[in-house]
Amino acid sequence: MSERISLEVFRYNPESDTGPEFQQYEVPLRKDWVILDALNHIKDQLDGTLSYRWSCRMGVCGSCGMMVNGKPVLTCATFLEKFMPGPVRVEPLENFPVIRDLVIDMSDFLEKLKTVKPWIIREEEPEPERELLQTPSQLADYTQYSMCINCMLCYAACPIIGLEPDFVGPAAIALAQRYNLDNRDQGNKERREALNQEHGMWQCTFVGDCSVVCPKNVDPAGAIQRYKVDTASHWWKNLLLPWGTDKH
Amino acid sequence: MEKPTFKLYQKKMPVLWWAKRLSHLHFILRELTSLSVGFFAVVGIFYLRALSKGAEAYESFLSILQSPVMIVAHLIAFSGLLFHSVTWLNLAPKAMKLKINDYKISGGWIVAGNYVAWLLLSLWMILIFIQ
Repeated sequence: MSERISLEVFRYNPESDTGPEFQQYEVPLRKDWVILDALNHIKDQLDGTLSYRWSCRMGVCGSCGMMVNGKPVLTCATFLEKFMPGPVRVEPLENFPVIRDLVIDMSDFLEKLKTVKPWIIREEEPEPERELLQTPSQLADYTQYSMCINCMLCYAACPIIGLEPDFVGPAAIALAQRYNLDNRDQGNKERREALNQEHGMWQCTFVGDCSVVCPKNVDPAGAIQRYKVDTASHWWKNLLLPWGTDKH
Repeated sequence: MEKPTFKLYQKKMPVLWWAKRLSHLHFILRELTSLSVGFFAVVGIFYLRALSKGAEAYESFLSILQSPVMIVAHLIAFSGLLFHSVTWLNLAPKAMKLKINDYKISGGWIVAGNYVAWLLLSLWMILIFIQ
């Protein structure tokens, strides 16, 4: 129980600091501890002023995402032991403005999510009298994209977000595909209008890191490339068959 | 959600961001080597131009191609072209999802299909040139 590991934690206080600095903490190295346990130990035992977000500590809520040794991870799912002999550098998610310490400002991300209309859009009114049916195969078409927990690791991994902050981003486009590929949805056209523009899908240059860091295997990079193919083929169809009644 | 009113810290993206992570370097190389594709396209256009101008122009174009500078340029461009093609074809399953009667075609088959098409087209072109 005597083994210890050192953590270098990003600290920033907007009320007093002009810039960030790293603070070093020694924590016990326990086999069953994840990075979040170490942060909780610091908060409870060493320094109560440290700020960070967390909630479920089981990879579901998506709030404890941070940069650990330069990589975006869920700190509740990343074991401390992996980083022996240390030190472990813990920073807030990249490409986001920092509010304080490890807490980032996600308001821009939430605005972006709204632009893709992530809900089932139906054209005809009134509402259908019974539930809309779906086969297991139709469900499988979009299930992968519905697994997103909005942890924003993909935004931290995407260099395009860093270079072009207005880019809608991986999770939002994957979420748009989640609804586009749902057979009950009829909002494809509306979402395409939102994403077939300057800061939409075409800004993605397919670096692919978003899919590598995704803790839920959503594969946003795949979703975006597929969306590009769908949009391009839709454009060609409209050009070659302008009389076609392609509503969606 | 309202924007916070206090001062936020925003880290700036370094100019050499692509050199810090291997995956980013790989990506930049993939993008840069598209210039190799452009290089061969331009050479191809000049090739056709020389052909259209008659035997003399064609011969002088061939002698330019045989110069050491052009041979080195072709070797560099060809290695870039190979890197670009391989990395690009390997990404194909990300953009293509094929389903035949509810049966999902795996990514491996899509990549294999691309390589076979590449090989057949290359063989066909080699045969044309040999004849």
